[in-house]
Amino acid sequence: MPRNEKKNRTIPLPDKPATERPRLLVDVDRRKFVRNGMSLGALTLLTGCDISDNDVVQQMFARVSRWNNFVQEELFSETKLAPEYPESMAVKDFRYNAWYQAALAPVIKASAYKLELAGLIADKRPWGVQQLYALPQKSQVTRHICVEGWSMIGKWTGTPLKVFLNRIGADTTAKYVGFVCADGYYESIDMPTALQPQTIMAFKLSDDLLPTKYGFPFKIRIPTKLGFKNPKFVTAIYVTNRNPGGFWVDRGYNWFSGI
Amino acid sequence: MKLKRTNPHPSTHEIQEHPALVRIAHWMQALAVIIMIGSGWRIYDSDPIFGYYRFPIWATLGGDPMQSKIAHMDPGVANALNWHFTGMWLLLASYLLFMAQGIISGHFWRHLLPVTPRSVIRDFIAAATFRLPHRLGEYNAVQRAAYWGVLFSILMMFLTGLAIWKPVQLSWLTALFGGYPTARVLHFLFMAAICLFIVVHVALVILVPKTLVAMVFGRASHPIHSKEPPPYAEK
Repeated sequence: MPRNEKKNRTIPLPDKPATERPRLLVDVDRRKFVRNGMSLGALTLLTGCDISDNDVVQQMFARVSRWNNFVQEELFSETKLAPEYPESMAVKDFRYNAWYQAALAPVIKASAYKLELAGLIADKRPWGVQQLYALPQKSQVTRHICVEGWSMIGKWTGTPLKVFLNRIGADTTAKYVGFVCADGYYESIDMPTALQPQTIMAFKLSDDLLPTKYGFPFKIRIPTKLGFKNPKFVTAIYVTNRNPGGFWVDRGYNWFSGI
Repeated sequence: MKLKRTNPHPSTHEIQEHPALVRIAHWMQALAVIIMIGSGWRIYDSDPIFGYYRFPIWATLGGDPMQSKIAHMDPGVANALNWHFTGMWLLLASYLLFMAQGIISGHFWRHLLPVTPRSVIRDFIAAATFRLPHRLGEYNAVQRAAYWGVLFSILMMFLTGLAIWKPVQLSWLTALFGGYPTARVLHFLFMAAICLFIVVHVALVILVPKTLVAMVFGRASHPIHSKEPPPYAEK
């Protein structure tokens, strides 16, 4: 094949002299990089419109949230206790958190206060503050975790909700316990969480009677749930088989919100 | 006319092929990671870990803050949380699919191993000085390390994520990561590692667009030494 050999002779050898630097790969691609980068950028711009508040997306969120409720109920164990910390770790100046300023928190007079009971409860007579304070109490130093991500260790003292539910003859085979609050807030939890020994009606924070902004006369302290599942200024408790939802839950937050 | 080749390649083309399962798992993962990072940034913004640094709203996922004020009484946190706790299932499904395919097919062992610190340093220096050629369907040591790194980081996102989602029910896991606040910082740091991977990954795709063709259509080829004469023997 003489013709082919002749042709091949004009081609430079692949082995380059040692003095010649290897070809820089980036040189040939710099212009292409900008052009390709721009087309990729245009593509991401197309998908950039946020579809969060689209109805179909919101419906999908609701469905997945129900599935996540189920998963969390399965993960929940009534005997699993939230970690407790030494008292020295409890924060004295606890963070105030609500959708309104602390000065606007409802001021409740102990003498005028009545805790109302409703739903699947045998003895629905309302309770006064002094009656509540006479119930057996215990303390816990646990971590309060907010859905936003921050957390704080506090010391709460009060009556286990289970003790109170038994005292009033609540049907503990029912599914939900609902709470109504003086500030327009409302919340509900599953019965297994209501019966968990660390779920308490907290009358005290850091050994002091619960100050107004933290929910006087009491808040429901649940160390196995996110902060917003811990209602303050509770004025009514009811037991039901229909999920009552909650203030934030009805605004798109997950109902179970266990931790 | 028969030509004798001296190059060891069986073809004159570099070829990259991705099975359909890999492509589906890859793009599912890409979508899930974008959802998780975008919504994660919006959640982070509601309570920044590092000083007062907040991610710009346009870079986050959670809807228009003004519209959210009306619908959810928040700047888009409910939406972001919903994206996050929906996206996690998509990420889990695609990650398991990707890992199962890589392990069962042997792709991980064949193409992503071996990788030694020495080879990574050697290839890293070559890449940093733009002297590391890209061959379709072949992974250099830096790429191998990067792929293992990102797969490990996603695994750690699941574990640190579980630790901050279930610090009571899975308190042992949270304790393993140094408690709730530390686990939350770790969740952020592994996110940052994934972001770093994405930046380099996308930059390299822009440099060698054929890889994108392969990941979309399943196959891409590139003539070997296309800008140079074919490495045929002289005789």
